[in-house]
Amino acid sequence: MAGSFSPQNQMNLPTASNPQTDLMENRPTVQQEIICLEKVAVRYRLPEERIGTFKEYAIRTLQRRIRFQSFWALDDVNINIRRGEVFGLIGKNGAGKSTLLKVVSRVLRPTRGRIVIYGRVAPLLELGAGFHPELSGRENIFLNGALLGYSHKEMEACFDQIVDFSELHQFIDASIRTYSSGMYARLGFAVATAHIPDILLVDEILSVGDGEFQKKCFARINEFRSQGSTIVMVSHNMDQVAKMCQRVAWLNKGKIELEGEPAAVIPHYIGSLA
Amino acid sequence: MSSQPYYDSSVQKVPAVEEIREIRRYKHLLLQLIRRDILARYKRSVLGVAWTMLNPLGMMIVLSLVFSRLFAGMVSYPAYILSGLIAWNFFAQSTNASMSGLVWGGSLIQRIYIPRTAFGISAIGTALVNFILSIVPLILVMLVTRTAIHITLLFLPVAIALLACFALGVGLILSTMAVYFPDVAEMYQIILLAWMYLTPIIYPENIIPANLAWIFNLNPMYYLIRLFRIPLLDGRIPTLGQILPAAGIGIGVLIIGWIFFTAKSDEFAYRI
Repeated sequence: MAGSFSPQNQMNLPTASNPQTDLMENRPTVQQEIICLEKVAVRYRLPEERIGTFKEYAIRTLQRRIRFQSFWALDDVNINIRRGEVFGLIGKNGAGKSTLLKVVSRVLRPTRGRIVIYGRVAPLLELGAGFHPELSGRENIFLNGALLGYSHKEMEACFDQIVDFSELHQFIDASIRTYSSGMYARLGFAVATAHIPDILLVDEILSVGDGEFQKKCFARINEFRSQGSTIVMVSHNMDQVAKMCQRVAWLNKGKIELEGEPAAVIPHYIGSLA
Repeated sequence: MSSQPYYDSSVQKVPAVEEIREIRRYKHLLLQLIRRDILARYKRSVLGVAWTMLNPLGMMIVLSLVFSRLFAGMVSYPAYILSGLIAWNFFAQSTNASMSGLVWGGSLIQRIYIPRTAFGISAIGTALVNFILSIVPLILVMLVTRTAIHITLLFLPVAIALLACFALGVGLILSTMAVYFPDVAEMYQIILLAWMYLTPIIYPENIIPANLAWIFNLNPMYYLIRLFRIPLLDGRIPTLGQILPAAGIGIGVLIIGWIFFTAKSDEFAYRI
């Protein structure tokens, strides 16, 4: 089914032009698009009143009295994100930016439409979500790594690097409930970015932490970019978006209002806020 | 990075089969979750994991003191009671943990993708570790009370495996329901209590009159606990007539629970 995504776009690849790159030999042609959303729609259904018991549920089902408020968080969204691109998502709160990241990270299966992903996704959503407060920093590194799909061995290989990045050397065996929120965020970021992913999802997390930590995070993200990772980021900081992204999509009420280069989209978005 | 999609939302094979593949990919996560639960539970206590063994032992002593008069004619009552208790505790603990694991893990499955059965399976894994540890005090009690220890003990893994299958199946069904109706968790505590008294755990089977025997025949836990006790206390391998119903229940409920859970699990992130 991969062919349905414009195969003619498979240019700039060394396959045909450079036969001595034996790495590419025998490989199927690499898709230039890495994330493809086709008419993706996500509907949340909120029951108007909460129904918490079977009895109530059974009675209301029989009476057909369960009313839902349907709400399309995403509505017919088409986006193709290319390999190696830094793609920004902008829009007001509730526009569907985070929902879109959730669809990409497989947390939500779209209600309608289709999403195809050609690579491993590392979600950088709310750092340290899987930490257990009673366990030590060391134990949490392995736990959180496993939550992201990495084996014990893979985490062992990058353990020192994580400790270095988070600057927690003398606290690594202390229970994590004793950590400050800054230490927590540093460790979370270090674990989530321990491996170079094909796709990195960044959801406003870079607003946490002090200036120095933020700088470090950006340096790490830039490193990923130079290594060929694709980055999808949500941000309300337009300077940041303009500086980092090659393309942005402006989401409004679950639909794409405008998509293109930051210089072409951001002024319209800012204009709409006024 | 081939042109083979890593993930395609439109390709939805049978969810129950797909989940088996996913959980195999995330087997490291299962180990980590089990580790987390065991470590975190005893982290602040001085005796630590020893509580896993002390707990059923204490219960057994209390119950033996209370009921020894009542069931005075019974040989090796402490071993009988303890074997029933640890099997029952395993079931109660693991089903409860798979329910709370999924509901608590809710904030997690709204943020990152992990196979959702991981909570239920790791809950069984944790309870299984506790179960196996509490066999140590059971053997001790048998030695102290001079209850004969038989070689048929080697049949226990089969009985434990079937009980674990049943517990996982029930845990998956319960946790699916608890996502939609949080009250299930509270209701289940009452059901568990009633269920325990309807199962011969602390009283011998034969005190129930024959005309009420159907209560046992309808009770899946009756078959599973019997399968655990026979090789342990009677010193014989259970007959085929005793193994088959337990196996049918254990494996059947697991399959039903697995299909039910995976059919609904894509909706969980919307609901929790």
